[in-house]
Amino acid sequence: MTGIAEELRNVTPEKLAVDRVSKTFRTNRGSVHALDNVSLNVHEGEFVCLVGPSGCGKSTLLSIIAGLESPDGGQVLADGKPVTGPGRERMVMFQESALFPWLDVLDNVLFGLKLKPNLNRNERREVALFYLKLVGLDKFIHANIHELSGGMKQRVALARALAPNPRVLLMDEPFAALDALTREQLYGDIQRIWAERKKTIVFVTHNVREAACLGDRVVLFSPHPGRIQEQFEVTLPRPRDINSVDLAKYSTEITRALKLHLKPEHTEVAE
Amino acid sequence: MKRWLIAILFFVILIGIWEYLVRRETWSPVLVPSPLDVGRYFVTSIQDKTLLEASYVTLKRLVLGYVVSLVIGLPLGLLNARFKFCEDTIGVLALGLQTLPSVCWAPLALLWFGQTETAMFFIVIMGSLWSVTLATDAGVRSVPPIYARAARTMGSKGFHTWLKVIFPASLPFIMTGMKQGWAFAWRSLMAAEIYITILTGFGLGHLLHYGRELHAMDAVVGIMIVIIVIGLLADKILFSPVERFLHRRWGTARN
Repeated sequence: MTGIAEELRNVTPEKLAVDRVSKTFRTNRGSVHALDNVSLNVHEGEFVCLVGPSGCGKSTLLSIIAGLESPDGGQVLADGKPVTGPGRERMVMFQESALFPWLDVLDNVLFGLKLKPNLNRNERREVALFYLKLVGLDKFIHANIHELSGGMKQRVALARALAPNPRVLLMDEPFAALDALTREQLYGDIQRIWAERKKTIVFVTHNVREAACLGDRVVLFSPHPGRIQEQFEVTLPRPRDINSVDLAKYSTEITRALKLHLKPEHTEVAE
Repeated sequence: MKRWLIAILFFVILIGIWEYLVRRETWSPVLVPSPLDVGRYFVTSIQDKTLLEASYVTLKRLVLGYVVSLVIGLPLGLLNARFKFCEDTIGVLALGLQTLPSVCWAPLALLWFGQTETAMFFIVIMGSLWSVTLATDAGVRSVPPIYARAARTMGSKGFHTWLKVIFPASLPFIMTGMKQGWAFAWRSLMAAEIYITILTGFGLGHLLHYGRELHAMDAVVGIMIVIIVIGLLADKILFSPVERFLHRRWGTARN
């Protein structure tokens, strides 16, 4: 049992430093300057939201922090050490759940745990069940993925990302494909889980209101080339309600700034 | 239960029409045997064991040849999907050979291996190997890259990713390829058995061939029915359960 307790203990969240990162993609229609000299510091346990229109490089930055892609210039430091590849210290949640349809819910959550040394079969199962309970899906452990609703899929994906006990959670528009009601529930859940599990979270979205609701800080990106334009501290008490009037003040302010920095052709950003 | 009844009824009616047409002497009785003649052939050939022995010989060749095709074809398909070099070499070869009807291998196999079991296996393998390879290749290419990305963040890499992510993700495709490979193996073997006479085993194809030589139409039709039934059973016993499982997991089943 001590193994389990140790495994489920909150680990200290990681500090991230993005240091002058640049990235260019070459396509057959020319090159796209996705990120231009971007620097950003994220404190231990901070919830940072990256906002901007599509093509501003925010998802690319997330992939680079995750170690899934390498920058052309600059580097990312996690607790002072350069990120050279993906690792279970930094888990990613994608827009599509990316759950494996050939495994049931429990086996999906177990996938990452099986790659973690020092855990036996029972311990792994117990850890997986703990996280499935945390996201409220402990009654669906043997369901097939296609039987779940969009919101449930993202909960399983969240449990799968949390299960190896990472120190950083990287979320790439995880709620973008969900309906408004489901999204609101998940805003509550993610804030609760963040408070309970003490993770550093970097959250990419194009929804300004969502960013203001979730983030301690909202980082505004502009495209062509991808750059950080402005940053906003959101000091509202938690848990925050997406519909609160105080929140609207922040999101209006951020939206105004966003429009200021944008050329007219890039205004497909939701308020 | 009801579907079974309908199926049985359908075949009873079909045989009934057959018997009726034979009795009306629509065709020469030398060319078309009656269902009763075929039934009598089944009884005698089961009693003297020729049919069972021939089925055994044929199935043994089929299963062995098919298993070898899978053992070579699956890894070859994975390699083609993974390495550009393999795609440009083995991939093109596989595509080319897949278009070659496998009975075209028979003359070459006879010259290389003589009238032996090896010649039989060779033709079966050449018949099914390439379609298994191509289907595996296509299956792996159809796997969304996000699965591998997600797996990498969880610490999976190299061989583990292939075994635990890419392979299961492409299973529905590979299943289709395996079925196709089985069908090709079956066709190839029948062609080979009709074309090549060998002494080490008398298969269904040989029986069919000698049925023609002896002008025993009851035997010819009877053996054709056995060949059809074996094909049906293979589908229902080997492939249907796996396909049902895949459909249930992936949620592609019809209700």
